[in-house]
Amino acid sequence: MATIRFTVNGKARSVDTEPERPLLEVLREDLGLTGTKYGCGEGQCGACTVLLDNKPAFSCVTPVRAAQGRNIVTIEGLAEGGKLHPVQQAFLDEGAMQCGYCTPGMVLRTVALLESYPRPTDAQIVEGLNGNLCRCNAYHRILAAVRRAAASAEKGS
Amino acid sequence: MSNQSHPSESHEPERLAHLFAVSRREFLEIAGAGLLIVATAPTSQAQRGGGGGSGPLETRLHIAEDGFVTILTGKIEEGQGARTELAMAAAEELRVPLDRVRMLMGDTDQSPNDGTTAGSGTTPRTAPLVRRAAAAARQLLLAAASRQFQVDRARLEVRGGAVAYADKTYTYAELARSPELAAAYKDALPAGTAVTDAKDWQVLGTPQVRLLARDMVTGSHRFPSDIVRPGMLYGRVLRAPSYRAALVSVDLSAAQKMPGVTAVRDGGFAGCAAPTAFAARKALEAISATAQWKTAEHPSSDNLFEYLKQHAKEQGRPRGETSGSLQQALAGAPRRLKASYRVPYVQHAPMEPRAAVAEWQDGRLTVWTGTSNPFSVRQQLAEALRVTPERVRVIVPDFGGGFGGKHTGEAAVEAARLAKEAGRPVALQWTRAEEFMWAYFRPAALIEIEAGLDAGGAMTAWDFTNYNSGAAALGTPYRIASTRVRFVESDPPLRQSSYRCLATTANNFAREAFTDELAEAAGKDPLEFRLAHLDNERIKNVLAAAAERFGWAQRRKKRRPGAGIGLACGTEKNSVVAVCVAVEVDPQSGVPRLLEIVQAFECGAILNPANLRAQVEGCIVMGLGPALREEIQFREGRLTNARFAAYRVPRFRDVPKTDVILLDRKDLESAGAGETPIIAIAPAIANAVFDATGKRVRSMPIRATRG
Repeated sequence: MATIRFTVNGKARSVDTEPERPLLEVLREDLGLTGTKYGCGEGQCGACTVLLDNKPAFSCVTPVRAAQGRNIVTIEGLAEGGKLHPVQQAFLDEGAMQCGYCTPGMVLRTVALLESYPRPTDAQIVEGLNGNLCRCNAYHRILAAVRRAAASAEKGS
Repeated sequence: MSNQSHPSESHEPERLAHLFAVSRREFLEIAGAGLLIVATAPTSQAQRGGGGGSGPLETRLHIAEDGFVTILTGKIEEGQGARTELAMAAAEELRVPLDRVRMLMGDTDQSPNDGTTAGSGTTPRTAPLVRRAAAAARQLLLAAASRQFQVDRARLEVRGGAVAYADKTYTYAELARSPELAAAYKDALPAGTAVTDAKDWQVLGTPQVRLLARDMVTGSHRFPSDIVRPGMLYGRVLRAPSYRAALVSVDLSAAQKMPGVTAVRDGGFAGCAAPTAFAARKALEAISATAQWKTAEHPSSDNLFEYLKQHAKEQGRPRGETSGSLQQALAGAPRRLKASYRVPYVQHAPMEPRAAVAEWQDGRLTVWTGTSNPFSVRQQLAEALRVTPERVRVIVPDFGGGFGGKHTGEAAVEAARLAKEAGRPVALQWTRAEEFMWAYFRPAALIEIEAGLDAGGAMTAWDFTNYNSGAAALGTPYRIASTRVRFVESDPPLRQSSYRCLATTANNFAREAFTDELAEAAGKDPLEFRLAHLDNERIKNVLAAAAERFGWAQRRKKRRPGAGIGLACGTEKNSVVAVCVAVEVDPQSGVPRLLEIVQAFECGAILNPANLRAQVEGCIVMGLGPALREEIQFREGRLTNARFAAYRVPRFRDVPKTDVILLDRKDLESAGAGETPIIAIAPAIANAVFDATGKRVRSMPIRATRG
């Protein structure tokens, strides 16, 4: 057992845990943050995506010890005071989901993408999101949501 | 496991007389206090299952004191859009805004048994029931208002959940308190209750973003795998190392010594539960290390199709039909062609693997799980746990995808067994590896076809046999005088069942690819050849729409090496589809790359255009998977590609330029749309590969380098 300290969605947290547990399971089981999903356990589907120091990470293959002292953002940490993050709003406006299980990972991956490329080309969007799977295959509308989010950020700035 | 059934033909759970007694109070807490309006389904419809409601009288609709309407249905939501569509149907007939409708879905203690959510059944069978119930409720409310106002109902106006006359209004909630009304609710739904004509729709027919979408983007929606109960443990189940392996012995003692761990063996089942998923895995490793297995022979995917043919049950009673005199017609045909087609096993691979949380309380079992078949899973739980079904409640939160792959309740039963042993609630989520290996598969197909052309190049004879995968859309839509179409069962090496459109995709692949071969033999353009053999105006319409948008005729004239175009069409479940594609083929690998796809689809009057577009686009890309890459491989009883790194499902990079044409036929009954848009993708690609390379491809995944 070890004590792991990190920041989650702006709050300092401390958990006593086996250090080898996947960050995904600590978030879901210990911190009740079930918005982050298990999809494959091999870092191939992106359902478990979180932001680790602002970079997207597959929390299913990240041992919790690797998050020691770091800053984590999960899907629950994006909206502020009931106001959706622009990327969340864009996904909602486009109806960019079907079952919605991949949506948290898609949204966080998009937030990271727009950090790197505020005005992404379609090719950059496709490359940036290619690690995230949607088995409902809502890809067309997700692409539209990413474009909309980029456009709204540009308008807002 | 049924291997040939149309999803809606899958076995119905035993009919239970009493669904509501225990939980009436609890239901009222969910829906809000108020009146209950009852709708009935004709028994014949209920018996067909798949969407019709069941039993004599069942609660379908509730109007609460706060003015909210609750619609109850045994249908479930897995991304296909039933929640929104049924809420729209109620809002339409009750003349209330969509946000005034709540849905209570897939709860065996609360909702009527509407059968399995499968076979595109919700739209043609359940939506009409909801519409009729809501329309009847509106009539009852109008009658009550007429009494209150002492004014003929024709002079009353219904709007926004209230009935108005002059400057006075009564809300539905106020009207619902009338004692005369209470008596009327006990009656059956009047036969022939009129519903609003499609041309007058205000809510239906207008694009609506799915309900709960906001919860999806904030991560607050609780999928089955997100359910947490007080004192809950996390479960793991011991799996055989290979198919058909039997557990001989296992020693649980090491696991049982671990803190907080419960371990159990019950016949062939062994598993454990622990305070964290990590601890459960460690416990399972300890159990697994002691397990002894007796393995058994199992075929390999390397010779799958020979195996299916060798094990064909020709002596059984093949399903199918004949018309005309086939042998005579074949013998007399100046041109005869023959070919066989192969479609391997594929998997649904929904984003959320099977998951369940089971909780026992006072001898009653409650299970939250993702299944399209809550009442059947309740029965499965009752039988497996040896309790009466009345003591089992299955609750289905909107879950993370199914595509026909979650008709069963394996995780539910396993979680219930572990929870019983532990005396605490247990959550069980299958790993992706478990989902690949122990969920079921879309059946592999071997299809043999022989056909004859007359001197004028018209099809005169058609002999079609599907081995193993199923009878759905077995017949040809083309006008041919002499036909024989058959489905012959085999001895499937893998557990197989429903999948989006099930066998239709394989049957349509073979039929449409072979039709192209016949067109070529007849010296005809593939589009002209099809149109010349079609009587079905709806198929003709979608073919014409797709071909026109694609520019088929012009593009046929402009050919370039390594690139080609192809088309295909089909019909199933009362909807029609046509596809045109353009591909490039990599000369070395033979892998086709999709440049463009135009798909036209028609399913009668469109209920929710936004969801229909989503379903059609989703089917197109999902269909690209098996067409281009997906193929379950197995050897010595193990899958050899059971992970997303090796089993390549479509990703963003695979999404082609897509143009979807939705034909809205307000004069036709609405049909389901979650399946048929998948059936014409693969044959259109195979036909385009031929156009590009001159090579006929008769297997999926499609490669110009293989036959």
